[in-house]
Amino acid sequence: MEHDFDITLTVNGVRVQRRVEARQHLVDFLREDLGLTGAHAGCEHGVCGACTVRVDGEIVRGCLMLAVQANGRRVDTIEGLSDSGELAALQKAFHERNALQCGFCTPGMLLAAQELVRAGKKRSREEIRAHISGNYCRCTGYHAIVDAIEQVLNGQG
Amino acid sequence: MGKAELPLHAPGTQTDKGYIGQSVPRPNAQRLLQGRGAFVDDLRFPRLAHAVFVRSPHAHARIRKLDFAKAREARGVVAVLDGRAVAEYCTPWVGVLGHLKGIKSPPQHAIAIERACWQGEAVAVVVAESRSQGEDAAALVEVDWEELPAVVDMERSLAGERVIHPELGDNVCFKREHDTGGVDEAFARADVVVEETFHFGRHTGVCLEGRSILADYNAAEHSLTVYHSTQAPHMMQDIFSRHLGIPEGSVRVIAKDVGGSYGIKVHVYPDEMATAALSVMLRRPVKFVADRLESFLTDIHAREHRVKVRLACTKAGEILAFDLDDLTAIGPYSVYPRTSGIEGNQVVNLTGGPYRHQKYRAKMHVVFTNKNVTCQYRAVGHPIAVALTEGIVDLAAEKLGMDPAEFRRRNLIPDDAYPYTFPSGIKFEKLSHQQTLEKLLALMDYRKLRAQQADLRKKNVLRGIGLAAMIEVTNPSPAFYGVGGARISAQDGATLRLEPTGMVTVLCGVTEQGQGTEGIFAQIAASAVGVTMDKVRVITGDTGVTPYGGGTWASRGAGIGGEAVLLAGRALRANALDVAAAVLKMDKHELDIAGNQVIHRLTREPKLPLAEVGRIAHFRPDTLPADFQAELTVTRHYTPRQYGFTFTNGIQASHVEIDPDTGFVKLLGHWCVEDSGTVINPMLVDEQLRGGVVQGIGAALFEECVYSPEGQLLNGNLADYLVPMAGEMPDIVCAHVETPTRQSQLGAKGVGEAGTAGAPGAVMNAINDALAPLGARVTAMPFTPERILKALKKVP
Repeated sequence: MEHDFDITLTVNGVRVQRRVEARQHLVDFLREDLGLTGAHAGCEHGVCGACTVRVDGEIVRGCLMLAVQANGRRVDTIEGLSDSGELAALQKAFHERNALQCGFCTPGMLLAAQELVRAGKKRSREEIRAHISGNYCRCTGYHAIVDAIEQVLNGQG
Repeated sequence: MGKAELPLHAPGTQTDKGYIGQSVPRPNAQRLLQGRGAFVDDLRFPRLAHAVFVRSPHAHARIRKLDFAKAREARGVVAVLDGRAVAEYCTPWVGVLGHLKGIKSPPQHAIAIERACWQGEAVAVVVAESRSQGEDAAALVEVDWEELPAVVDMERSLAGERVIHPELGDNVCFKREHDTGGVDEAFARADVVVEETFHFGRHTGVCLEGRSILADYNAAEHSLTVYHSTQAPHMMQDIFSRHLGIPEGSVRVIAKDVGGSYGIKVHVYPDEMATAALSVMLRRPVKFVADRLESFLTDIHAREHRVKVRLACTKAGEILAFDLDDLTAIGPYSVYPRTSGIEGNQVVNLTGGPYRHQKYRAKMHVVFTNKNVTCQYRAVGHPIAVALTEGIVDLAAEKLGMDPAEFRRRNLIPDDAYPYTFPSGIKFEKLSHQQTLEKLLALMDYRKLRAQQADLRKKNVLRGIGLAAMIEVTNPSPAFYGVGGARISAQDGATLRLEPTGMVTVLCGVTEQGQGTEGIFAQIAASAVGVTMDKVRVITGDTGVTPYGGGTWASRGAGIGGEAVLLAGRALRANALDVAAAVLKMDKHELDIAGNQVIHRLTREPKLPLAEVGRIAHFRPDTLPADFQAELTVTRHYTPRQYGFTFTNGIQASHVEIDPDTGFVKLLGHWCVEDSGTVINPMLVDEQLRGGVVQGIGAALFEECVYSPEGQLLNGNLADYLVPMAGEMPDIVCAHVETPTRQSQLGAKGVGEAGTAGAPGAVMNAINDALAPLGARVTAMPFTPERILKALKKVP
C-alpha cells in the first residue's frame, strides 16, 4: 500500500526490519508486530503512561509516536531493560514494598522511575510524586510506589 | 510415650501461625514487574478475528435502517452483523432478582435491536482480520436514525413525563421503604434536627486495562474457551453456557492477569456476550478489547444519587433517629445478573450504620434514564451511605457546638454491645468502633491538628479536619445474590495437592486481580501444611481446573477463599502425616510438619523430608501397607452461614487546606484505622486500603461522568475525566484493630473496599470544616474548584 513504509530500528539491542503502515503507533508495532506485550495500551491518547517505552534513551508515550518515526532509532522496552538488569534495583524495591497490584501500569511506571534513578540525585517524596504524575496507577494509593522509588534513590524509604 | 501423654495440639495455624500476619512479597508480582504478565490482549491465536462495535451516537434513538454494503466491501472484513443476527446465537437477559421485590427491567440483547437507549450502546458489529481494519469498516456502516426524546434527569424520570420502556408502565426499576416505626415521634421530641440534601456524581472505575475478551469456539466439540478479563469466571461460565446454548462443562473461562477490575469486571456486558456469540457464529477465535473511549461509554458507571437525610438528636448529643430519601438513576437497563438495585439497597441498609440510634426510616427509588448503565462498583453503596451519614452527623455536632470526635464517641455503638442488630435489620457479629476511633485520634494527633487549625485560621489559612466512621459488608453469604435466584456462588473451594517433590499446588476459585489473592493463599497454604512459601504454587482463574467458586467481589477473597485454603491445607497436612506414619511406623499423633520436614511433635527432631513422603506416596506405594492409600490431593469448601455478611468497621480522617482564591483543595494527610479481622499480610492490606482511599478521593474531588441535557457524555476520555495522580495525593497512614470473625478458623474479614467506602465522606467533612469560618458549605460531589468557589460566592 502507498502508505506503508520500510523501517529499520534496534529494539532491545536487536536490529529489526519491518514494513509498517504510516498510521501505526509505536506501541501497537511493538505489541502486534514484535510480540513485545510488556508496554500496554491504556488510554491511547497520551494520558496514562502505561505504554511508556524508551527511544534513544528518552522515555516516550508509545501511543503518541508512530512506528515509522522510530526508523533508525533505538527502542528499549520493559522486556529488554529487565533482561539487561538496568531496572533490577527498582524491580526489587517494587516487589519488596508491593508497589504494584494489577501490574498493568507497572512497566511504564518503572521506566518513568528509572529516569529519576539515572539522574542520580536524591529527591523528596513530593519530587518523586511530581515526576510519576504522568503515569496513572488505579490500584495502589501511589504511597508504596513512592516508597519504593525513594528507597532506590535515597537508599531509604 | 503413649498417645494420652502428648499435649493437645491443634494442627496448622492455631499452633504455628507461620506466614500469617507477615508482610511477605507476592510471588506472582515478578512477572508483572518484567512486563511478562498475560493480559487478554497479550495472547496470540491463529485465525484471530477482531470485533469492532458500531455504537449509538444518540442517547435514545430508533434504528430505521442499517446499511452494511460499504462496510462489507472494506479490506479485511470478515462479517458485519446486526442485533437480530447475533440474537440467533445469544438469548437476551433480564437483570432482576427475586429478593429485590418488585424490581423490573426489560430484556436486553447483546446488540440492540430496533432502538438504542444510551449513547454508546452497540447497534452493529464488524468482525475483521485486524482491529484497525474493523474500525475502518465500522466507519462505513450507515445508520438511519430517528432520534427519540431522552430521559436524562433522574427527578424527571421519577416524575414519569416520558417512560423509557412503555411496557413497564413507569421509569421505576425498583423501590424500597424501610421503617422501624417511631421516627416521627423521635423527631418530634428531638432538641436538634438537621437536614441536608447530598448529590453524588456518577463516576466509573477506569481500569487501566479495558474490558477484554477472547472467545475461542471449537465447532468439532461444540465447546467454548473464553479468555476473559473478569472477576468471576464460574459465573461467566454459567452465563455463556445458558445464553449461547453450550453445555456448562463445555465452556471454560480463563482469567489470566486482570488489569484492574474494582467491580467493573463482574458484570455481563452486551459487547462481550456478542463477542462470544461471534466466535460460535464464525467458528474462529474472536477478540474484543474496549478502548478508552468505549470504556467510558460502556463500562458500568455508579453512584449517581440525590439523597435527602435528616437526623434527630438530643441536646446532650444522643442521636435518636435517621430519616432518608434516596433517588438514584441507573441507565436504561438493570445490569445482569447482579441487578442495578443493589447500590440503592445498600444505601438503605447501611446509612447510620456505626451509630446506636434505634429509629430509622428510609425511602429509596431506582429509576431508568437514557445514560450508560450503572451497577456495582467497588464499595457498592457504601461511599454514599458513609458520606451522607457522616455529613449529617457533622452538621448535628456543629449545631450542638460539640467536637465531631466527641459527638461520634457518644454515639458509636459500644464495643461490648455485640452481637448487635442495626435498625435496618442487618446484624453485626463483633465490631470495634470505639477502639478504632481512639486509635485514629492518637494516630493523627487530633488535638494537635485542631490547635494548629485554630492558630492558622487567625492567619486566614483555611484548614479542615474530617472524620468518617464506617461499616462495611464483607464475606457475603448466599443472602447477597443466591437467595434472589442469581447463579452466583457464595461458597468457594480450594484444592491442595502435595507434589512428588514435596511442593504444594493450590487451586482456588477466587481470582487474582492484583490485590494479592495468590500471595495470601500461598501464605495460608504454606502455614497450614508446614512448608516454606517457595514450595507453594497457586493457580486461580480457570474454570477448567479450579474448584467452583464465586470469584472476587464484595471483599470475599481472603475471608472465604482463604478459609477454604486453610481447611484444605490442614486436611493435606493430616493426610501427609498418615503417609509419614506408615513409612516411619510411628503413631500419626507423634508427628507434625514444619519447614518442609516431617518432625517429631515434641522434640521437633526431623524424621522425614516431605519430599520423601511425596516420592514414596507417588512412586513407591508398594512399600506402604496394603490397606493404605495415600490421599495427597484434598479439596475443602467454605460458605459463611451464621451471618448474612461479616461486617467490618473502620474510621478515616482527612486533613485539607483550601485556597479560597482558586477553590483548590490540597490534601495534607489521610489516616485510616480498619478492623478487618485477622490480617494475613499487613503490607498488602495497607496498600489495598490506600488504593481504595485514593479511588474514594477521586470520587470526592475529581471524578464525574458529565452528561449534557441531551444525554451526551461530555468528558468520556482520560484527559477530561480526571483520576487521581501521584502528585496530588497525600501519604496515607494505616493502622489496624484486629477482631477476628469467629465464623471461620482464619478469622479474616474483607478489606478491599474499605478505603473507597470511607474516603469521600472524610474528605467532604474536612472541606466543610475548612469552609465553616466563611459560612460556606458543599454537598455535591465531586468538590471541584468551581463548586467550592460557588459555595464561597466567588463565582455565580
